[in-house]
Order: sequence, then structure tokens, then C-alpha cells
Amino acid sequence: MTDKNHREELLWILEGHGGPGFEQDVARRIEQVFLRYTSQIRRDAMGNLTAVLPGSGERRCPRVLLAAHMDEIALVVTKVEPGGFLRVWQAGGFDARTLIGQEVVVHGKRPLAGIVGSKPPHLTTARERKQAPPLEDLYVDVALPESSVRELVTVGDRVTLSRDPMELLHDRLAGKALDNRASVAVLLETLRFLRPLRHEADVYAVATVQEEVGFRGATTATYGWRPDVGIAIDVTFAEFPGQAPDESFKMGNGPVVAFGPNIHPKVFQRLRDTAEEHRVPYQVELTQGPTGTDARAMQITREGVATGLVGVAIRYMHTSVETADYQDIVECGRLLAHFIASVDTAYVEGLSCY
Amino acid sequence: MLLKELTEAMGPSGFEDEVRDLIREAARPYAERMYTDVLGNLIVEQHSSTSGPRILLDAHMDEVGLMIVHVEESGLLRFRALGGIDPRVLVSKPVRIGAEKRYGVIGAKPIHLQKADERKRPLPMNELYIDIGAKDREDALRVVKPGDVAVFATRYGEIGEGCAKAKSFDDRVGCAVLLDTLAAGVSVPLIAAFTVQEEIGLRGATVVGERIRPDIAIALEGTVCFDVVDTPGHGQSTVMGAGPALTVQDGRTIADQKFLQFMVSVAEKHHIPYQFRRVKGGSNDFGALHRSGTGVVGGGISVPIRYIHAPAQIISLEDYHNTVRLVRALLEEIGLGAWPLGNRIQTG
Repeated sequence: MTDKNHREELLWILEGHGGPGFEQDVARRIEQVFLRYTSQIRRDAMGNLTAVLPGSGERRCPRVLLAAHMDEIALVVTKVEPGGFLRVWQAGGFDARTLIGQEVVVHGKRPLAGIVGSKPPHLTTARERKQAPPLEDLYVDVALPESSVRELVTVGDRVTLSRDPMELLHDRLAGKALDNRASVAVLLETLRFLRPLRHEADVYAVATVQEEVGFRGATTATYGWRPDVGIAIDVTFAEFPGQAPDESFKMGNGPVVAFGPNIHPKVFQRLRDTAEEHRVPYQVELTQGPTGTDARAMQITREGVATGLVGVAIRYMHTSVETADYQDIVECGRLLAHFIASVDTAYVEGLSCY
Repeated sequence: MLLKELTEAMGPSGFEDEVRDLIREAARPYAERMYTDVLGNLIVEQHSSTSGPRILLDAHMDEVGLMIVHVEESGLLRFRALGGIDPRVLVSKPVRIGAEKRYGVIGAKPIHLQKADERKRPLPMNELYIDIGAKDREDALRVVKPGDVAVFATRYGEIGEGCAKAKSFDDRVGCAVLLDTLAAGVSVPLIAAFTVQEEIGLRGATVVGERIRPDIAIALEGTVCFDVVDTPGHGQSTVMGAGPALTVQDGRTIADQKFLQFMVSVAEKHHIPYQFRRVKGGSNDFGALHRSGTGVVGGGISVPIRYIHAPAQIISLEDYHNTVRLVRALLEEIGLGAWPLGNRIQTG
């Protein structure tokens, strides 16, 4: 492969704002890259964005669906306080401690820059400093008089993190929404590696919506496309002091392939065999129940779907400084492309044989 | 107005070089004499042979920052604060490190892996790390070393109506006011001191006061502004947009009543809005300057800053311009003899 990877496109997609239920800006960016690989782009009623790449098989081709959610955790305005300060609640799980001093964008009648406030250190007692303020005690300051705020912002308006993506050492990137746009980049890398390969299976590459509030997009996308195999692509935890060893994957050591009851054993085995065959470095994540990913919904859609889960390990999940290694993203895409190329009718038929 | 350049420059206490270089170039066209002292203070003089009281205007160049103190085997960097930083503002913030301004991020264990009670406990600095993307200790040591300093990576930008956000308005806003004042070139003997190490104890100003022995000294500062929701009036200190804040009493200074009254009278005469800084704590370089030699009369004038010492601070640009106007009016009035030597009682 000599063509350029999708690192630049990922940086551009990261600049988009899209919390659960308002992924349109992000979807438009992803669509532009999808169009390089197929003219068959579909949207469903929920807002899921699918790139369809027909397989080379005759008759009914096996169907492989890849799902990477494009929504990011977001806040929603719950009250305009006197002085024009905004109270917020969350769509997706924030650690309120990471929001103090955070720059945000308030999606009012026009986008407004804001800063999340709490008491400044000069006026905070020693006792207060021992308690982290909960989300309901924080506020967003848009530096506007109250009358302007009431004109421009209403309860229900969305608020997203503001953070320009940053390049760290090697091929590492930091910024907001790498959960899960790192996996959107995996989708793009998969399509790039797949292009020169022959694949019998139809491929449905889906950027899903509303994962952060309960895998809602994956539910309808899987229902709509009726895949034989569904692979969720989502980020997992990179090692950091204070984390358990089985929740600590090494950045730069390749994609993480999940194993456990949420994962079809033959899908796991095929992913693993594919990695070995094509010398893709990989790590295995052991899960003990329904995972916190689109795979959770996928597996029990319609009469059941053979489900897999892969992804890259990132640090500082659900903060504005999520950190990923682009090489892991490339390798994950390479793994999925070869996996897809290996799927044929016989494999799919075997998935129900225990 | 160099607010963007000044606030995006790196200058934690003791490492003010980039800020000093920036100010030196900006001040050069207006300087009659310019020099640095042994601590690194930058001193710019104007109209030294003009008669009248010698006025020292002070703004500190340093900002609160971080110092890398150790590199872990994992390649993560341990750090400590230079100046007063509330550790609660550090989590999830990017920083820029060293002369190359390399990006690093301060992250924390993801919320998914925390217990409920962990989330209620602010993370202390000794549980935080800067991540530069290094694969291990050796990898990190190729590009950073203990002793390197870091500052928040915040960019300057306009926000809301007539406001700006940036890091380090404390006290680059004072530096910018002082540069504007130099550019105005009011014909009085002016000594502009851009000082070091204010945030760790007014150390630059202490030696500047000794060297200059001015007749009048004024610290130009950014000060705490907490005019936000749920804050009672007495706790707000200042109100953004209400004009420059005059110090009445802080942790180091009790304002000279006569000079305070003089500043008020000048503001009123020139129709410049002003307010009083209404907290007792905190301090500024005037705390050191007024005790130098046999004592110096003067005061503190501050631009209110929301979220002072935090990564993203807000000021009103109107406050900024009114501070420039007030300082200039004060110099003009002093030049006209409105503040005579000898502390004669002023009636305003």
C-alpha cells in the first residue's frame, strides 16, 4: 500500500461537533471521505451513515457490517441563570472533575464559545478543595450579558467540548472525541486496505449515532442491514497508573480484539487467525458480559448476529485530551480488511453450527 | 495591544525569557533607556530628565506554570507547580513544554474505571502526569528533562461580547497596559518595570523597588473577579466590565488613602469607570514596592479576570482600555502637578 493514510481526515473529523442525537456535522465530514470509496451512501431515520461496498460474490453475498459510533459525549443546557450563566446536564458520562476550566462550544442560535466555571482558587476554602464539585454545581460562562444569552441560548441547546487536536510524539494524537472517531478512522483505513483486495462479502461501513446514550444507532443500523457478521469498532483503555492489568492495553502494540460472551467465538477466532496470518500485532481484551459498545446491541438484533469487537486503546477516555496512536488505527484497519476478504458463504453458514 | 502574543508566550516564574524578549522588542521604540537586572527584571525608562516625581509602573511577566520533576518508566512526566495552581483545573488540559513548546496532556483514569467515591475526590497533583506520547522513560528523555517548564496550551481568542479568553492574563494584561502606556509617551519621568517571579512571592519587584527608589509606584495587575452565578456580592471582589479595580486592602498592602483618593478623583475627572477590589486576600507587586527603601506611595490598579490562574481566563476588553485610559490620565495629572511631592492632602 502506498496511498496516504487517513490521519489528516481524522484530524478534520475531530474538529466536528456532534453529541448523541446531533451527529449531522460529523456525518457530513465522514461522508466526504466515504465518497472516495463508494457512491452508495445511505442514511437511516436515526442518522446512521452507511457506506455500502458490494461484494464480488454471486447470488446473495455474505454481509459484513462494521459499526463505529461517531457521536461524542456532550452536555445539554438545563437552565439560564441570572447573569446569563448556563447550567448543564450530560448526554454520555463525564467526569465532572475534568470539566473545570474546560473550553466548550454552546450550540445556540449561533455557536458560542464558553468556559466551564467553578469557584476560583483565591476564594475557595481548604474544605471545599477536598470535594470535587458535581456537574450540577458547574456552569458555562459565555461572556455575554444575560439578555443576549436569553436571545441566543435556550434550554435544550447542546454543548460540546472545544479542543483542537494535538500531535504528540511518534504517531500519537490527542484531543476530544477520539472516542470514538479513532474508530471512524479505523473504518476509513479498512476501506483503504480493502480496495485492492477481492471480497465476496457485501460491506456495510456504518458511522453510528447515539452510542454514548445506549447503542441506539447500532440497534437500528444492524436491524436495517441484516448482517451475517457485525463488527463493532470502539476504543478501549490504554495503560495508565492505577488501572487493573486486564484494563490496560499498550498503545502502539496494535489493535485490541475482544473475547467473551458478547463475541461470537468463530468471529474472534477468525480475527485472531487473520492477525496471525497477516502479521498484524494485536492484543486480546477479555470481557465478561455485554460490552459497553455497539456490539452489545448488535448481537441480539433480529434473530441474532455473529458479533465481533475490535478497537484501539486510548488514554483519558471521556476527556478533552483522549490520546491514541495512529499506527494502531492503521493496523486495526488492515486487520479488518483482511478479515472481510476472508469471509465467504461457507464461513457465514458455519456461524450457526455449534 | 499585544494581548494575543503576550498571553500565548511562555513565562512561568523564573523562566520569563520569551515574554521578556517579546516586551523588549515592543518597548524598544519608546525606550530612552532599557536594561535588565540580575534577577531578569526588564526596566524601561522614559523622560528621565523631565522634572516631577519619578513614577514606577510595574507589571509582572511571569505566570503560574508547571515544572517537570521526574520521568516515570512509562514515559509519563511527573510535575510540580510554579506558583499557585489549583490542581482541580489541571485534569484534561493540554500544556506546552520547554523551549520547543512540545504538546503534552494531563489526563486521568477514565470515568469508566473509577469508583463512585473516587469521582468526588479532587485529584491531587501527585496523582497527575503529563503525557507527551513517549513510549517509555528513555523515549521521553530524548525530548524533555526534569527542570523543563510547562504552561497551559490555551490560545487567545475573543469570546462573548467585547471579551477575550486566554491563559496568563495575570499578568500579561498588566504588561500590555504598560506597553500601551509607554507608547503613549506622557511627558513624565517614567520607569516601566516588567518584573519576574511575582507568583512565587513578589521577588522581582522587591529588588526593583530598591534599585529605582521611585516617588510613586503603581502595580498594574490582573485580579480575581468572581461576579458569577451563586456568588454573593461581598465575595465577587470585582465585576467584569465595571472598569479598572483599585486596591483598598489586600494580603500585603493597605492602600494609601490619599493616593487612592487621588486615583478616584482622576478617574472621575476623566469620566473613566472604576471599582474597588473587594477582597482582603491576594496581593500584587505593590506589596513589595511600597515597603522598599523608606516607603513608597502608590497603589494597585487591576483588570478583573474571571478564572484567574486557570487555563482559560476571561477579561473585558473595555476594562482593558479603561485601565489604559486611567493610567495615562494619572500620568498626565501627575505631570501637571496634581500629585505634588510631599504627600499634601488631595481633595479630588
